Amino acid sequence: MNPPVIRLFGLVVVLFAVLIGFTSRWTVFQAEALRDNPENARVILEEQRIRRGAIRAADGTVLARSVRGPGDTFVRRYPAGGLFAHAVGYSYVDLGRSGIEKSHDDALTGRRTELVTAFESILGRSMDGDDVRTTLDPRGQRTAIAALGGRKGAVVALDVHTGAVRVMASVPGYDPNTLQRDFRRLTTDEANAPLLNRATQNGYPPGSTMKVVTAAAALDTGDFKPSSIVDGTNGKIISGVPLNNFGGESFGPIDLTTALTNSVNTVWAQVGEKLGRRTMQDYMERFGFYADPPLDYPDQQMTPSGVRKDGRLVPVTRRVVDVGRVAIGQGDLFATPLQMAEVAATIANGGVRMKPYLMSRAVDPDGRIVDEAKPEAAARVVSASTARDLTAMMKQVVREGTGTAAALEGVEVAGKTGTAELNLSGLNQPWFIGFTSDVAVAVTLERVQGGTGGTVAAPVAKAVLESLGSRQ
Amino acid sequence: MSARNRELLALVPASLLLTAGFAAIFIQQSDRLSDVSLTYGAVFLGLCLAGHLVIRFTLPYADPYLFPLVAVLACFGLVVIYRLDEDLAREQAQWFVVGLVLFAATIVLLRDFRVLERYRYTVAAAGLLLLLLPRVPGIGQQVNGAYLGVKLGPITFQPAEFGKIAIVIFLAAYLRDTRQVLVLGARRFLGVTIPPLKHFGPLLVVWGAAMFMLVFIRDLGSSLMFFGGFLALLYVATNRLSFVTIGFAMFAVGAWFFGTHVGHVHDRIATWQNPFDPVLYDKPGGSYQIAQSLFAQADGGLFGTGFGQATLNLPTGETILPAPHTDLIYAVITNELGLAGACGLLLVYLLFIERGFATAVRAQDSFSKLLATGLTAVFALQVFVIVGGVTKVIPLTGVTLPFVSYGGSSILANFILLALLLLVSDRARRPVRAR
Repeated sequence: MNPPVIRLFGLVVVLFAVLIGFTSRWTVFQAEALRDNPENARVILEEQRIRRGAIRAADGTVLARSVRGPGDTFVRRYPAGGLFAHAVGYSYVDLGRSGIEKSHDDALTGRRTELVTAFESILGRSMDGDDVRTTLDPRGQRTAIAALGGRKGAVVALDVHTGAVRVMASVPGYDPNTLQRDFRRLTTDEANAPLLNRATQNGYPPGSTMKVVTAAAALDTGDFKPSSIVDGTNGKIISGVPLNNFGGESFGPIDLTTALTNSVNTVWAQVGEKLGRRTMQDYMERFGFYADPPLDYPDQQMTPSGVRKDGRLVPVTRRVVDVGRVAIGQGDLFATPLQMAEVAATIANGGVRMKPYLMSRAVDPDGRIVDEAKPEAAARVVSASTARDLTAMMKQVVREGTGTAAALEGVEVAGKTGTAELNLSGLNQPWFIGFTSDVAVAVTLERVQGGTGGTVAAPVAKAVLESLGSRQ
Repeated sequence: MSARNRELLALVPASLLLTAGFAAIFIQQSDRLSDVSLTYGAVFLGLCLAGHLVIRFTLPYADPYLFPLVAVLACFGLVVIYRLDEDLAREQAQWFVVGLVLFAATIVLLRDFRVLERYRYTVAAAGLLLLLLPRVPGIGQQVNGAYLGVKLGPITFQPAEFGKIAIVIFLAAYLRDTRQVLVLGARRFLGVTIPPLKHFGPLLVVWGAAMFMLVFIRDLGSSLMFFGGFLALLYVATNRLSFVTIGFAMFAVGAWFFGTHVGHVHDRIATWQNPFDPVLYDKPGGSYQIAQSLFAQADGGLFGTGFGQATLNLPTGETILPAPHTDLIYAVITNELGLAGACGLLLVYLLFIERGFATAVRAQDSFSKLLATGLTAVFALQVFVIVGGVTKVIPLTGVTLPFVSYGGSSILANFILLALLLLVSDRARRPVRAR
């Protein structure tokens, strides 16, 4: 009777192998799918149980932190209220995440590489996330929001040499502390779209601030010099349609410095046409147009800048694009304030565009720095001499041109105004981009009746530059 | 080293395992190491020593590994149940004490276990009665649709746990007598060996009993366990694979028939096949349990979350994993110890089963062989039925995981099973001159 007993044991071994096979299937091979199953509450429960790291401003001010909620859960608090709403974002189990809360979720929840996690689980997993120190400047941010004064618009300020984002303001905002209660109202308020980050998520016609890009291309190609003379007569035919200067003012033959100082549309449109579609497209791409901004911020909350037809990006090389009007920031060109701030910062940085970033470092609960941002060049856009010449031209704009309202006492400001006309009855999109030796800023206001970049946006830029500059 | 000294030595790591397990839970619960874990370890070692002494003085030649392997299983169970509910663990520990007493009593009372052969029909009647008890109005209890419990005043117990042993004893005795006739009287028909009908009759009765359990006790797992144990014994007794094939085919036909024609069996199979179907998931007694079991295992991964770290409750205190201390204890173990821990547990079971079958191989007489085979096979099938249910190999049914799940009946019955195996083993391994 012994052989059947042994065969029976063989059968039991096979049966147990099946058990181990199925256990492996659930624990390893299909574990990911089971975790993602909508009926599985574990992921959400675990998230609630993690003490997310704090998000701090550049000076250490707490912008977001976790406090004990019901049971062993944590909830998020935003001590700064709505001040950093768009940049910091929010994190709620039912609403999901946005902003830095989303783009740096791995650091904030303490999630590391698989190997480190396995090692830590052997040592007893720590359920605390890392703190994220941002580059944001509370003083500059507060100044920007105050200067916008409730008018819809956005301000972005970048550190010229590193690309650090020092101000990212968007008005109207919201209070992330009461978001769960307000969410329905905020999402249905289409007229104001308070959840929209106007600094990164929405493109606006950049108007004359685009002339900085056109001028950079003109000088860098060697086709033009600041002293090159172009005819600035009103009503020049551009792409078969007469183009007017601001206020219909007619200039004779003038040099480019004068043309920038007085923001002469006809001159810059001709320069754009002369440079050609390919060169304009090339330089726009070098400045960062037509690409997702390389910022550590959720992709869903950023949009690339460029010419848009029916909502889709269209390169300037295509025949449908009016390159002359693109050169002066019209012709269906849309740019985000972040993009225009990068344009200013690139010129300020001697022609090298730095990658913008929001997180300066991640610090684990034991105080060790686990991740640190290193300033990184994204592209050499124009030569140093081009940048120098263009800076001189832009200083002239603030000194005696359209941008005098941005002038600071004791610090030389370079800049360019923009006033994109949205319709014939004077509804404008005023802009100002500019920089000092270390800070670049872009300001725009949405749909202002009658205001121009010089009168509406330049004072905001001035206030922000002043608040950021005086700290140094 | 003598068998008993090896047994004694093996009990020490089992106790250390329990100490370490409790220490891990204390650290998890209160962030500090309490010497209570040492106390528990010492108490556990004391109980093991008591069991060891009983074996040393009554069954000196018995297999030295069976008892320590049970100690390891008990340690798994106690630690996990303690992590779930301290009060339940205390009760469980008390049941282990009672189980040890019953274990000693069985050994002393059945010194010559072959007397069981003489009472085969009494034992069979008792076994069937035990299986029927849960359907007796007034004392029978329905749990999750299956009739497995009996409530007599303050005492609740699961008679099927004891019934399985009675049935195995009967079958071992019955097949010892008839196995020759079953083989010799068989005729070959169409290339299949058909046993003589006269002797096959009682076997049909057993098949009928299994089907009866399927429909009236409403428990596919138990009936699979009983019928599988029966087929294992039939195979070992006759060495005829055809008998087993016929038997299995009959069971499969029966299970298919009832599966498609009887509502509750049908529901069980539907929830097994589509655990994430939203309709089945939300139904009372639906697939919620098996789905949560799979989620818990997925949460465990390769190495588990660690003792005391599995998510078993919502922040509001509601449980998300139902019956974690009984039916789904394997899911909790997988969740906290991972695939590695689950494999370890199954390996301990497999070692126990190997020792059980080794005992059967060593035994000299047919009854001892069949008894050891039957007990081991039923034990193995019980593990397969519940672990297979929890891992969705077969439909989930409410059978306990021997020596690990919470439950007095299960512990007591399995201690009787262990005592019987050790009795057979002691007799089989006794040197010839000592007999």
